[in-house]
Amino acid sequence: MRDKSKMNEMTNPRPRRSDDGLGPNSDIGAKLRAYYGTVQEEPIPEKFLDLLEKLDQAEDKPATPPKGN
Amino acid sequence: MTAETPSFKRELLATLPSLRAFAVSLSGKHDKADDLVQDTMMKAWAKQSSFEMGTNIKAWLFTILRNEYYSQMRKRGREVQDSDGIFTERMSVHPSQYGVLDLEDFKKALDSLPDDQREAVVLIGASGFSYEEAAEICNCAVGTMKSRVSRARSRLQDILQVSGEAEYGPDAVSTQVTTLPHL
Repeated sequence: MRDKSKMNEMTNPRPRRSDDGLGPNSDIGAKLRAYYGTVQEEPIPEKFLDLLEKLDQAEDKPATPPKGN
Repeated sequence: MTAETPSFKRELLATLPSLRAFAVSLSGKHDKADDLVQDTMMKAWAKQSSFEMGTNIKAWLFTILRNEYYSQMRKRGREVQDSDGIFTERMSVHPSQYGVLDLEDFKKALDSLPDDQREAVVLIGASGFSYEEAAEICNCAVGTMKSRVSRARSRLQDILQVSGEAEYGPDAVSTQVTTLPHL
């Protein structure tokens, strides 16, 4: 039901306020987003996906708490 | 109850790239950031009943990660800044309009900021949060958030010796109309 546009928000920050000096014309803003984007665009590490699967499976067996905590 | 799980999982997954970028920005190190993200995922999963689906999961997760970061820092004390080299290594396979060294310099400058200013400028400038959302995440007033962002920006400009305006980017042409081009 939820639309996919939510996911796009994360990679495309909303238009910036004109007064924060971090907008499209800002050198600092552009560098900041380039730096952040470098990490954000990396593939999600396998271990995160594994963890998510483990958490999800543990959910089906409520008596067993997730491991590694 | 269980019907909410697939959706929560999907939303958590969708937020991971940005959450991880925030963690790297906060801690300055990839390995530490990944531990932080994993701890956040486990905390979030355990607390998911307290999350209302349809509200801002991204802000909720960022808040958990931030609290986790500061609670770990209080326990250990902030480690000596030590660039792990991973950033440079990864940058070399992800060429962008900025050179590797350019972004390395930026990372160093960002790492040199006080924690409150660093998180503020990242949340507003890169994570895409509004001042109101960022203030909520950092548990401070909106005005405080604004002044932190402003101080962070000036400090970064001083360190990196750049002007507030870029000489490139989508609005480069219109920028030249209002500012003096670099000579």
